[in-house]
Amino acid sequence: MTAFLEFDFLRRALLAAVVVGLAAPAVGTFIVQRRLALLGDGIGHVALTGVAAGFLTRTSPVVTAIVAAALGAVAIELMRERGRTSGDVALALLFYGGIAGGVLLIGLAPGGSNATLLSYLFGSVSSVTSSDLYVVLGIAAVVLVIIAAFGRELFLLCQDAEVARVYGLHVRFLSLLIAVTAAVTIVIAMRVVGLLLVSALMVVPVATAQQLTRSFRATILLAMAIGAGASVGGLVGAFYVDVAPGAAIVVLALAVFIVAVALGRVVHRVWAFARTPNPRQ
Amino acid sequence: MADARVSLDGQAVLHGVNFRVEPGEVVAVLGTNGSGKSTLVRALLGLVPLSGGRVELYGVPPSRFREWRRIGYVPQRLSVAGGVPATVREIVASGRVARQRRLRPASAADRSAVARALDAVGLADRAGDAAGTLSGGQQQRVLIARALAGEPDTFVLDEPTAGVDTASQEALASTLHRLVEEGRTVVLVAHELGPLQPLVTRAVVLEAGRVVHDGAPPRPQETEHPLRGHDHVHPHADDEDAPDPLTAWRAR
Repeated sequence: MTAFLEFDFLRRALLAAVVVGLAAPAVGTFIVQRRLALLGDGIGHVALTGVAAGFLTRTSPVVTAIVAAALGAVAIELMRERGRTSGDVALALLFYGGIAGGVLLIGLAPGGSNATLLSYLFGSVSSVTSSDLYVVLGIAAVVLVIIAAFGRELFLLCQDAEVARVYGLHVRFLSLLIAVTAAVTIVIAMRVVGLLLVSALMVVPVATAQQLTRSFRATILLAMAIGAGASVGGLVGAFYVDVAPGAAIVVLALAVFIVAVALGRVVHRVWAFARTPNPRQ
Repeated sequence: MADARVSLDGQAVLHGVNFRVEPGEVVAVLGTNGSGKSTLVRALLGLVPLSGGRVELYGVPPSRFREWRRIGYVPQRLSVAGGVPATVREIVASGRVARQRRLRPASAADRSAVARALDAVGLADRAGDAAGTLSGGQQQRVLIARALAGEPDTFVLDEPTAGVDTASQEALASTLHRLVEEGRTVVLVAHELGPLQPLVTRAVVLEAGRVVHDGAPPRPQETEHPLRGHDHVHPHADDEDAPDPLTAWRAR
């Protein structure tokens, strides 16, 4: 581990991995609660078009990816709101449109090829520059502040949007807020695990945490811990074994999930046992 | 609510309903499945758009209404399907949302309101459990506690008795009894009243999207068949000849 920290680029990669590992599951908990586990994938695909647009217009691919992802998130939210059943169709349209748009635009970009997109599809955390790192840190901080500030309202929204409306919450604003927050989180996570695996970092730690928890708060905190732990573990492991860090992070998170499922069965049995002797049930 | 008309998927569900709730009333909206009773309360709250007529909450249309903390809404079912667990206390505490400031921790008033709400529905000992592990009736009580925690003036309950065990029905009846004593306004949708019958001061019976009875609640021996015994009421008297020009839903 000390050898690991001697390299500047690895220190930056580690820091980026930790903050993304914290932010992605925090947003992911609300996304999973809204039954939109695949939203991250849909937005990730659209972000690819944004990346290609960045190369085409010779601007920062991260900036254009954020714009494209945010627009995609808003589009999906509005489509969900209009048509009651077309949520998955809306996602499918984004999947295809995002990938096709990305490949099409990168072909038009000077000197661009599909190989250019590969590092965005599968992540390139070891190539994070200091200015990249500032963007990642800044956005992750904003995401966590939004979650902290709007957590109560988002919790109610994700429980039941109609009830949230009767409590006077601005349902459309909150829906767009969580969708756009997810979009920017995906773009910063893109550097760490890649667009194709970005959703895994939002969903797998949450799925893991909920095997072991009873409360929403515990779920979100445990998911963040698992996300950060898997990111660091996967990155360090990938350094020593020499494999792709993004894939290592996701595989590690999935391994933790399998352990949690087994552990969760035991935990739930203990809770059920603790409850039965109570005569008032 | 004046001459309220609602169409869902091109099908008319409410055909011009006039309905006004006075403060302190306990109104039961009765009717068979598909009579439009749930749609009626959802339209009252502005959750489904009207295709005609108008609705007012405390004299203001729902789109401009701001005092949502005065209303507690209990939907039919707890949606725990999302997958992320939440404890009973967390769900009940979310009923305080209209009274809390962002980035501020829960106040002592918040915590005591939540504790009182949990006590009122008899779930204080389950506060730390995941809501998804509770029975249907207990989940219904969680939703009632969430509305109670917000300390509203008016409660709107959609089918609080449907498919609920006896213990939960009795917990609901005693909770409502206390609310009525405190002078709160209650609007509840029900298929049958059961133990709630003595509390109801007025019954509105819907049939195929029209009000066919508005007045005294059905007598006890009729509670098992709430719609019978009202055949003497002229079916269209209330909506076609309604002389009352303003029937806003104004509880105070």
